[in-house]
Amino acid sequence: MLAIFRKELSDHFGRKRFLLLYGLVAWGLIWGAVIDVDQLLLAGNGFFFLDIFTTNRGVPISLLTFIGFLGPILGIALGFDSINSERTQGTLSRILAQPVHRDAVFNGKFFAGLLTLAVVLLSMGLGTLGLAMFRVGMGPSAEEVIRLIGFFVVGTAFLAFWLALAMTASIFLRTAVASALVSIGLWIAATFIVLLVARSVAERIVPEIENAEDRAQRFSVEQWISRASPGNIYEEATGILLDPITGRVLNPFDTSASAAGIDLSTPISASQSLQLVWPHIVVLFAMIAILLALSYVRFMREEIRA
Amino acid sequence: MRYPLIETKDLVKAYGDFLAVDGLNLTLEEGEVYGFLGPNGSGKSTTILMLLGLTEPTAGSVMVCGHDPTRDPLAVKRQVGYLPEAVGFYSDLSGRENLRYTAALNSMERKHAEDRISEVLEMVELETGRQPVGQFSRGMRQRLGLADVLLKEPRAIILDDPTLGLDPTGIQWLLGIIEELSEKHSITVFLSSHALHEVQRVCSRVGIMSHGQIVLEGSVPELSSQNEAGGFHLTMEVTGGKEKLWDALAAIPTVRRVDHSGTSVAMESDGDVRASAAAVVVEEGAKLLEIRSENRTLEEIYLRYFQTE
Repeated sequence: MLAIFRKELSDHFGRKRFLLLYGLVAWGLIWGAVIDVDQLLLAGNGFFFLDIFTTNRGVPISLLTFIGFLGPILGIALGFDSINSERTQGTLSRILAQPVHRDAVFNGKFFAGLLTLAVVLLSMGLGTLGLAMFRVGMGPSAEEVIRLIGFFVVGTAFLAFWLALAMTASIFLRTAVASALVSIGLWIAATFIVLLVARSVAERIVPEIENAEDRAQRFSVEQWISRASPGNIYEEATGILLDPITGRVLNPFDTSASAAGIDLSTPISASQSLQLVWPHIVVLFAMIAILLALSYVRFMREEIRA
Repeated sequence: MRYPLIETKDLVKAYGDFLAVDGLNLTLEEGEVYGFLGPNGSGKSTTILMLLGLTEPTAGSVMVCGHDPTRDPLAVKRQVGYLPEAVGFYSDLSGRENLRYTAALNSMERKHAEDRISEVLEMVELETGRQPVGQFSRGMRQRLGLADVLLKEPRAIILDDPTLGLDPTGIQWLLGIIEELSEKHSITVFLSSHALHEVQRVCSRVGIMSHGQIVLEGSVPELSSQNEAGGFHLTMEVTGGKEKLWDALAAIPTVRRVDHSGTSVAMESDGDVRASAAAVVVEEGAKLLEIRSENRTLEEIYLRYFQTE
């Protein structure tokens, strides 16, 4: 598997497609350079190094939203032709005539893609962080570092989901064009259509809003359905991790906590935030595992004709 | 214990209702060059895929180098090289880089791999330097494909229609190297091909597939006598032959047919009747100018089989 992993990795970093990845890193650096740090230091909630990822002061959209938007395309770009291009090139039957297991081919490709995504995300994050540190002349606290690591894990898992999806498509569909189109179609469906469905279903279930309780319930239904989309899981989880104060409240319309006399304006600890996002991480991993399982089942017993 | 290198027993591969391979029994001894013939769609490629575990048999068994390719594909692939019909390489890499990847997949140690790559490239007479494979001609690709197959020092190689698309000199070169591999390196060769003339030259044994089964098998001389429509063919040039001569020739035991036009005589019999035919000609007072037996070529055997079918 190691041989395949190495080959794929050098492919990812050597190909023109990787310009996209470099572009993403460069974008992060530009963000770090143009964010309005003075404003952020004055008006922020005391977590400056978390705020630089969530703010849109001085920039059109926050870095977090940017990753949420471009990340899937990146994952798809690395995976959509991984198996079927080898098939059309005629290299698949030659590779599988060597003493390697079929799952090694798939795993090698997946982990090479995963590492590439992790490297891109990490270098982008570190670049932004470094620039911000340079500009304000101080470093992040341990609390912030832990939260940023959590953010990195969730972000990588989110990108890995799209990589796994695109690779699955590349096994089931014979041409690279078809798998690219299907992957992008699913991305659009998961990003926009799930939200529309969630809203309309919530409106059916809670047709009229008479009091605060109805509002909270409708929001809750909408939230649960939209969690089918990995994009929403990513958004929710990173929101919790990078915003220790408002991130703790999953349902802003639920008044039961403040009614019980709990003060919601103080930050919660990193470990408490991690507890909150634990289910999100598990769900993302489970989604990836399902896609990989589907791919294995199909690929393992398939006939490899030249 | 000595076992056949490749052995299939009642091998079946069905695609839905269609039987691509229908009860195939095939045995290859070590060191043979076996020609695997048959029209398109007769199940040759499917058989090859099953030999390598690239597709699963529906029924029956396959053993290659003493291993079952479905259960233990790696043991088979360590010892058997396979050149697919349309061999593909990474077009942006050079020939050497492509081979390096194959070496890595075979877990060859780096230093050894470099030596071995130079060795096989020399063997197939391919020196291309940094040129990417995308710019290779069909002939160069085929050479690289063969180098790729030989890299792991296989016991047996399976070549699926390797002469396809090669020019005549390319074909001659390929046959030369197949002979060399068999004689010098004692590698068993399983050669699927449509180039009958060439197969006849290099193969010690051939098998002809039709509708998923082997319908004719043996060495080319065996086949030409086995072929019931063939028998023994004899032509003579005779001057001064009279009516009586034709009757006398036809009366020789096992002779089935005598045709004559002008001075040439064609005879068909069950056995070799050259000596008695010559004697009869002289006895009858005619002059024998030439006598020769006609062995059928593989091409004739092949075409005759599929015409009569």
